[in-house]
Amino acid sequence: MTSSRQVTVVASLVLLFCLAASILSLRQIDQVRSKATLEEVLFVISPKMVKRMSLGYDGLLADIYWTRAVQYFGGHHAGRARDFRLLAPLLEITTTLDPKLLVAYQFGANFLAPKPPNGAGLPQKAIELVHNGINNNPNDWNLYYQLGFVYYMDLKDYARAAEAFAHGSELPGAHPFMKIIAAQMAQHAGDNQMARALWMTTYQSTQDKQIRGNAIAHLRALQVSDDIDALQELVGQYGRKTGVLPRSMTDLVGAGLLRSIPLDPTGRPYRIASDGRLQVQFPDELPFLEKGAPRGYTAPQPKHLEELGK
Amino acid sequence: MNSRISCIAANTFREAVRDRVLYNLIAFAVLLSGAAILVGQISIDIEKLVVINLGLTAVSLFGVVIAIFIGIGLVSKEIEKRTLYTVLSRPVRRWEFIVGKFFGLAGTLVVNAFFMAIGVFGALLYVAHKFQMSDAWVLVALYFIILQFLMICSLALLFSSFSSPLLSAVFAFSLFVIGTFSEDLRNFAATATGFTKWLTTAAAYVVPNFSALNVIGSVAHGQPVSGSLILYNTIYALMYSTMALCGGILIFQRRNLK
Repeated sequence: MTSSRQVTVVASLVLLFCLAASILSLRQIDQVRSKATLEEVLFVISPKMVKRMSLGYDGLLADIYWTRAVQYFGGHHAGRARDFRLLAPLLEITTTLDPKLLVAYQFGANFLAPKPPNGAGLPQKAIELVHNGINNNPNDWNLYYQLGFVYYMDLKDYARAAEAFAHGSELPGAHPFMKIIAAQMAQHAGDNQMARALWMTTYQSTQDKQIRGNAIAHLRALQVSDDIDALQELVGQYGRKTGVLPRSMTDLVGAGLLRSIPLDPTGRPYRIASDGRLQVQFPDELPFLEKGAPRGYTAPQPKHLEELGK
Repeated sequence: MNSRISCIAANTFREAVRDRVLYNLIAFAVLLSGAAILVGQISIDIEKLVVINLGLTAVSLFGVVIAIFIGIGLVSKEIEKRTLYTVLSRPVRRWEFIVGKFFGLAGTLVVNAFFMAIGVFGALLYVAHKFQMSDAWVLVALYFIILQFLMICSLALLFSSFSSPLLSAVFAFSLFVIGTFSEDLRNFAATATGFTKWLTTAAAYVVPNFSALNVIGSVAHGQPVSGSLILYNTIYALMYSTMALCGGILIFQRRNLK
């Protein structure tokens, strides 16, 4: 082997070794500095200042801030945080840099308004953000839908929600359901049917995986709620008929009250607790449950909304 | 060290001194002494903080600029002046030339950083009147800055081994900026999926990570730096510099100098 070839071989081997070693040491550094990656700091909080500093490259900067906002919320949500203080300023900066970035307003409406740990618990900030979105995109029906959604779900202000839905339904290209929602608001405000219609429209009108996942999780919880109400009624009927509580779903099927054992949205059979209450088998897999969880059950943070939304 | 490498390193250092590189120390001294006097008069309770932040940032930025602008010309200048042919006609191998140049530039930066560190501690003494135990962490921040210099030196040499000085400067400076934001790239990789995830993860590990080497903000507040971070940062910087140096050697080894 010539001297030059020897140097090439040795240098190549050392290069590969050092590349592997640097990657391994970087992974160790990440572990040592695990909390340093997403700092709880926004150095410039004025959206106007950020826009001026962008020197005209505001589109690109908006995309960077949007990515940061999604990472911030996703990371904190998965880490079971209850404090999302930077979400509002990050979205405000994003939408100031790019007022046409509709998904940012949609994201804000879905995750700024709900109470922690499902959101930042700032419904007024969500409304401000969506109002800004409407001012910048007056012909987008979806923003009116988002506004109505926050008024309905988080503030329980059904009159304003109906007003927003009615406004949105008049815009070109509006989802056909907007008219129905607006019309039925007075009659069905606060019931599961209306909530289901809203979450279904949310699911259908977005491509964002976190928002879709959030909608699916809420739809599943509503499904469980309706199922439990219906099944609880059957348990009562069985009790009145036989004088004892059913021990399992098979008893209800045997008594002719059910044709088959009903399944929850995850495909698992519902079960009857010893006190006659209906329950799901794995409540951890059904976030946002209002009914069907065992007594004293504390729901964990829904971790995989994005997976669910795919 | 091989005597031929040390000879090239010593000449590189001498040349940098002759090029009046160390004159930046005068600018640094003026900046720091001015800041020390000024913050003493206008800031309340944060004099020390300002001096540490300003001093360490200046050490880092002055060094990075020197590393890039000297590093990019180390090979091309020798080719342009035709002095490289004289060196390589002697029993000096190409890899020894690259390694010697690296140590020469690194030595220049270490000497430069040493004098600047004296300036930082001088200014610190001026505003605080005495040293505290927590001031020792400033030394760790300085050590990390020197590790950063080593990485930038090796990258500048890598680009210098195949490109023109102007393009080398653009490449090296771009990598410095990307490396400063490498944690954002890592965060992006964490949220991406499929091929994008694979690509961004690979990119995040190949570009230099300077953010882990920046502890200026925490030491300014007297916060300690963990021993494991010092160890892993040292290993990382040495491995990354050696890797870039090997890349430079491989390219220079095959380069047609006729």
